Formats: sequence, structure tokens, C-alpha cells
Amino acid sequence: MAGAGRGAKVTLSNLERSYDRVAAVAGVSLDILSGEFLTLLGPSGSGKSTTLMMIAGFEKPTGGDIAIDGKSVVAMPPYRRNIGMVFQNYALFPHLTAADNIGFPLKQRGVGKAEREKLVREALALMQLPDHGERYPRQLSGGQQQRVALARAIVFKPRLLLMDEPLGALDKQLRENLQLEMRRLHADLGITFIYVTHDQEEALTMSDRIAVMNAGLVAQVGRPEDLYDRPGSRFVASFLGESNFLPAIVRGIEDDVVVAECEGAIIRALCPGRPATGEKVMLTTRPERIRFADGAFASTAPQNRLSVTVTEAVFAGERCRYMLQARDGTAMVLKEPSSAAIRRRAVGERTEIAWSVADTILV
Amino acid sequence: MSEGVEIRFEGLAATRQSGVRLPWRLSWRPVMPLLLAAPLLLFMLVFYALPVLSMLMRSVNDPSWTLSHYASLTGDTVFLKVFSNTLYTSLTVTAGALLLGYPVALSLVRAPRYAPVILILILLPFWTSVLVRSYAWMVLLGRHGLINEALLAAGMIDQPLRILNTPLATQIAMVHILLPYMVLPIANALRQIDPSLARAASGLGATPWATFRQITLPLSMPGVAAGVLLVFVLALGFYITPAMVGGTREITLSMLIAQQVDQLNWAYAATLSVVLLATALAIIAAFYRLPGVGHTLRTSAR
Amino acid sequence: MTVARVLPATLVGLILMFLALPIVVVMVVSFSSATYLTFPPPAFGLRWYSAYFASDDWLRSTWLSLWVAASVVVLATLLGTLAALGIARLPKALRVLASALILSPLIVPVIVVAIGIYYAFARYGLVGTPAGLILAHTCLAVPFVVTSVNASLAGIDPRLEQAALSLGATPTGTFFQITLPLIRPGVLVGALFAFITSFDELVVALFISGSGAVTLPRRMWDDLLYQIEPTIAAVSTLTIVLTVVLMGCAHLLGKRAAA
Repeated sequence: MAGAGRGAKVTLSNLERSYDRVAAVAGVSLDILSGEFLTLLGPSGSGKSTTLMMIAGFEKPTGGDIAIDGKSVVAMPPYRRNIGMVFQNYALFPHLTAADNIGFPLKQRGVGKAEREKLVREALALMQLPDHGERYPRQLSGGQQQRVALARAIVFKPRLLLMDEPLGALDKQLRENLQLEMRRLHADLGITFIYVTHDQEEALTMSDRIAVMNAGLVAQVGRPEDLYDRPGSRFVASFLGESNFLPAIVRGIEDDVVVAECEGAIIRALCPGRPATGEKVMLTTRPERIRFADGAFASTAPQNRLSVTVTEAVFAGERCRYMLQARDGTAMVLKEPSSAAIRRRAVGERTEIAWSVADTILV
Repeated sequence: MSEGVEIRFEGLAATRQSGVRLPWRLSWRPVMPLLLAAPLLLFMLVFYALPVLSMLMRSVNDPSWTLSHYASLTGDTVFLKVFSNTLYTSLTVTAGALLLGYPVALSLVRAPRYAPVILILILLPFWTSVLVRSYAWMVLLGRHGLINEALLAAGMIDQPLRILNTPLATQIAMVHILLPYMVLPIANALRQIDPSLARAASGLGATPWATFRQITLPLSMPGVAAGVLLVFVLALGFYITPAMVGGTREITLSMLIAQQVDQLNWAYAATLSVVLLATALAIIAAFYRLPGVGHTLRTSAR
Repeated sequence: MTVARVLPATLVGLILMFLALPIVVVMVVSFSSATYLTFPPPAFGLRWYSAYFASDDWLRSTWLSLWVAASVVVLATLLGTLAALGIARLPKALRVLASALILSPLIVPVIVVAIGIYYAFARYGLVGTPAGLILAHTCLAVPFVVTSVNASLAGIDPRLEQAALSLGATPTGTFFQITLPLIRPGVLVGALFAFITSFDELVVALFISGSGAVTLPRRMWDDLLYQIEPTIAAVSTLTIVLTVVLMGCAHLLGKRAAA
């Protein structure tokens, strides 16, 4: 996070938006820090876009409040909120040139012609489109249009920038390039970015923090690595990356580690709470954190071990993916880097897998 | 619109997501849209709707509230003859337009190389006024018109045929004038048929004719229905063409209405108008409900 | 070229000739120098064109039709555009009602509309006046304007208005800077249709033009009933050219807007 003073601080308190008794947003509370890049991540229908629209002012909340820099904005129309916004399909005005598009917000604010032209020139340069000002949107490629849309949204120096799946319409390569550009832009400008996407890879790459949303509520908010390593629920564990789920019964607690029995083996997992003995719980671990126990590997960290049979082996370029089955039928996935040095397992092979206790979480 | 106007935004169901077009509607307080539409609505009420309605009312309140004008229609031989003639003409014209129009629509869609030329040949007459086109048929069908001269020159007849001022002339001219209204909706429907369907049928062993009969033709039905509806309803109300080329022996309902107005028989004219209007509306109501008709009509509207 | 290809092609060709023939014939006859209606014409000349341009009556009617149509364009475009903008934002029930009223002239048989208007205008004292014609023709032309502007409006991405608002434009500012420029093609096409509708209109004019406001179509009609003289062919050809040019423009405008 850079320039903590230049970005707006946004506070959502119990935000609600219902249509005919269906709650699109069912009580969202979030403190967005000044200058941070926060992503609202979630599947279709999770309420992330609706939340963004409420912050922008295009939807009126049916409950709760939105405060920007300490002031409630719920009653303020969108054209007074001074927020930059980028839409998925760019929403560039087709009858205006790129330069006129970018100059539009300045015109609304009464900025004089000379000053306007200067700022537009600077914005175009910042977006690496110095000669494209006189072109119309239809004469620009998808990536160029998105950059013009970005330029238009920041030229009037807002303290907050909202983005609604802005890269959804672009192909993978272009998307990845623009993701990096946006990170750079964020670092340069130092303002608050609120970004909406359903693509968890995108969220993990770009964000300072991620708020995972589901069914109109925030399931978990935190730094990408925290969410990935310590998912707080089954939903977050399976939505962000892939997870293995092990149903188990609690046998005891040692410090912060729960001891549970699963598939006839003792599994230890990190656990913030204190579940009762005999309680049925769900343990989770990431496929890439498991390895075959008989491979060349050494670790001093405490390990969990389990006997499994290989049911499927798939070579997927970068990695090999194995479907495994434990004694009582629990299915698991193991991902390991593919390398000529590592022996490929055969279907039907019975072996042992091991993984770190620190990589096992109770959800 | 002042800055202080409160803006109420209505989005749609919560499941809309970016990627799907959000049909947002900025609705100011309902007052503003009404203010925009009111001048036209008032204008049309005063200069069109109320005049027509008050004229139509003459069918029931002349000289005082009565349904006698309608009752007497059942025994009115003139009316019955004219009405049946009108219906008959509309039917034959619609059938003629369909027979001629379907192949043209097909060629518009199947032969993209000639499509611009075909389109121009359809649109050019379409764009000229009914008056001019009807006059053109007067020229063609007259005693010394092109048709007679050609037939005489070819030795097929000895004497000029009397085509002008007969029902046949009306039908020919009306088919000509209404043909574009049949072609355009059918072409529209044909264009919307997925081309891979025909290919699939062919791959499954269907001959071109079988493909046409079992795949193309059924799928083009909404367009056919739309065209038939349009042509029939327009034909019902036609005035200029029958008046110019049809002669006075067999007249259409619209001509009868005009006659009655000339003679100031307002009640009778109003009654006839109601019948004409009701017939048109009934046909529209019946057809519009057929699947795809409404959509085809809307998308082929120029 | 198989029989299966040639036969339909010939058929279609014949039908297309059927479509084009009358127009061609009228234009050819207009250059005929004979006094009666025959085809093919015995000789060619511009006799009937000079007859037209020399005739006070014909020119007066032409002039009347032109400026009535121009007035109708102004009135119908103004009222129609505003209405289309308003109707798009009305709640559903009101929108359906308003649309039904505005589009009804397209469905109601024109003879019914004509005598209804005549019935009332006779009382208002509007028969035989250009004003009456303008008012009546506007009602007939407006459905085309509204349909055209509506189509344009529907094609505007609603997110453009949102973007404008988010960038600081007030609702009024958004309307004038974004919405209005984007519906301009629809307005122009509607205006062209309005002109043609009024210029070519005959049935209503038959009843309300009286003797004081004889439009060009009305004069052609009167002439036809009393003498079939090729002057009408010349007038027809001229109107054909005019309408084709205008409608061609409308067509091209419509295509460009859709792109």
C-alpha cells in the first residue's frame, strides 16, 4: 500500500440490498483502508457487483450505510460522489474521440480548455497511448479501449476507483498484461482501488486484501496468502484454489493443534477454536502441499500421513495430478510438479502420502 | 430538470452480473417522463383519437342511444355484398402475395450475391406512393396499356381485353403494392434460421427439397404468419387502389364508407367503420398470439 | 445449371420484373409525346414536363405539399422525439397505453382515420386549410418518428449513462451530451419518414383538403378522375425520384446507425 493519505477510506456498515424479499446483499460490513487494493471476489449472485453499484451510487441500499472518508454518501447522487469507475464493457462514449472521452469528467467540473488538454495528454501518456487521442473507440483494440476507460476514470484525480470486472472481455494474455499494469497504476497513484471479479487467480495476483463474498455476505476478508493458507470456511477453501476435505472426529487438543481421527489415522490440524472431543469436523489441505511419502523429501516439521490407492493419474503439463482414495473411501487430490526425475505413479498403486500439520486447517 | 431531483434507480434481479447486460432505467419521479410524452399524447387525443372516436360513436347514438344500425346490417344486402367482396379480395390478394413473395424472400436469403439488387427491386416500388403505383397499373391495364398492346402484338387476342375497372385489376395491383410487406417479414424469419440446421439435415440424408419442406418451411412459419397478417389487414382497409383501378361495379368496404360520407350518412358510415376496424383488430388479435409473430413483426419493422 | 436452379431463378426474375415494371412504365410514359395513355409511346418528348412546370395549379399544389410536409416534419419530429424519450422511462402500464395510442394510426384503417378527422375538423373549421392538413398529417407521421427514435434509444448501452453520471455529469448534462447525440440517427430517419408520409398522403387529404388546400396527391387524384392525361405521369416520375432519394437516405442512415 502506498501513499496512505491520497486514497479514500471506505466503510460499509451492514449494507443491505433486497429486491422483492430476495436479498442480493444481506448485511455486508467492511472497512476498506486508505490506499489499499481490495478485491470483492465471489461467484455469480454473491452480491459483489451490487455492493459496488451501491458504493458508486447506482443502487440505493435498503439498509445500512456507506461512508467515504467518514462522511455518509448514501443520499448523494452518483455525479457528486467524485468516484472513478471502470465498467466491464468499457462504456466509452462512441460519438466522442478518446481524448474527448477522457476530457469529459473535466468538462463537467468546469476545467478550462487549455488545462483540460494538458491533463488529457498526461493521462494518455500515462496509459501509453500518446497518439491515440483523436481516435474513436471503435478504432481502438479491446486493450486500448480499456486503457482509455481507465484514463477517463482517474483523470479528475478521484480518491477512490471502482472496477467492475474490467478485464472480463479480454483474452488471457492481454488480461495478464493489464493486471500487471493495474498493479503498477495502483502503486503510482496511491488511491484506493475496489475491484470486483469472479476470477480467483486475478484476485490473488492483484489484491492487497480480498473480501470473499457468498450469498450476499462477506465470507472472509484478508490478505491473499492468509485466505489461501488459512481459509475460514469450506466455501472459501473450495472457492479459492482447490482443497481436499477430510471428515474427522475430534480426539483431543494439544496447544493450538486439534488431534482428530480420520480413515483410521490420526491427523493433526491447526485450529483457532476449541472443538469438543467427539465432535465431527472437516479438515482441509491443499493438493499441492501433499506429497508421496516414499519420495525423496525431508522435513523437520510435524507431518500427517495417510494410506491411499491411486485411482487416476493425469499429466497436465506443469504438474501431475493424482486422484487418490483412502481406506474408507475419502477422495483426495495430489498435485506435484512434473519432472523426469520424479517417478510417475500408476493407477492402482497403494502408497502413503504425507503433508505438513501446518498445512492442515480445520474449517 | 434541476440538480435537486431525486434519482431513483431500478435495477433488476440480484442475479444479474457483469457480462450480462444490465437493463438499468434511470427513472426520475414519474412526472418527468409524463411531461415529455404529454404534448404528443394530448395532440393526438385532440386531433386524432377524439375525432375518430366521436365519429364512431355516431353508430350508436344517432339519433339517440341505439344498436339499430348494427342490427340492420344483417339484412343489408349492399353491405353484405361489399363486405364479402372485401374479405374475398383481401384473401386472394394475401394468397397471391404469399405465393409470389415466398420465392422472392427465399432468393433474398439464399443468393447473397444478388441480394442488394433484389432488395432494391423490392424497396423501390415500396418507397413510391400508393397513388403512383395504382396509376401505373391504370397505365398498364388500360385498353391501350402495355398488357393489351403486348397481347395484341403477340396475336393472342383480337380485341383489347377489359382488365381495368374490374376486380381482377384490383387484385393484381394490390398484390403488387402489398408484395414487399409479405417479402420482408418472411426474409427476416428465413435469415434467422441457423444455417447449420440445413447442413445437419443434408448430412443425415435429406434431399434439398426434403430439407426445405421439413426444416426451412416450418421454421419460417412465424415470418409467413407475420406477412399474412400484415398484408391481410392492410388489404382490408385499402381505398386508393380499388377506387382507381377497380371500377364501380364491385366496391370495397372502404369505398362504401367514403361514398356514405359523401352523402352525409354519418351513422351508416360510422357503423361500417366500426365493422371494418373490428375485423382488422380481430384478425390482429388472433394472429399476434401465434408464436414468433410479434417478434418477427417488430424486428422487420422499418 | 440444373433445371432445379434455372426454374426458380426464372420465376423469381419474373416476379421481380412484375415488381419493377409498373414504375418503369410510368417513367417511360412520362416522356411520351402522345396525348392519350398508350404504351409503348409513339414518340418521346418533354411535353408533359413542360405542361407541369407551366401550370399554376400543379405548381401551387406542389408548393403546398412541400411546405405542409416540412411543417409536419418539424412538428412530428419534435413531439415524437420528446414522447419517445418520455415513454421509454414510464412504468410498464403507462408505457403500453401511451404506445398503443401513438402507434394506433398504423393499425386503424386509413379511411376510418380520414373520415373521423373530417368529422371533427369540419366542426373546428379546419377543412380546406393547410393548418388542418398539417395537424392531421402529424398524427399520421408520428408513429414513424417514435418507432425510429425508440429503436435508436434501445440501442444505447445503459452503462453509457451510468458512466457519464459516475464521471460527474448531472442527469441533464448526461441527456444533452450523451443521449441526444446518440439518438440523432433515429431522429433523422424518423424525420425523413415523416416528410414522405405527409408528402404522399392522399386519403385524409381527399376529405380535408377541400378547395383551399389542394395537395399534390389530391390534384393528381382529381385529374385522374376527369382525364387520364400523361401530365400525371410526369408528376409521378418526379415524385418517384424525390421519394426514392429521401428513402434511400433514410435507409442508408439506418444502416450506418446499426453498424
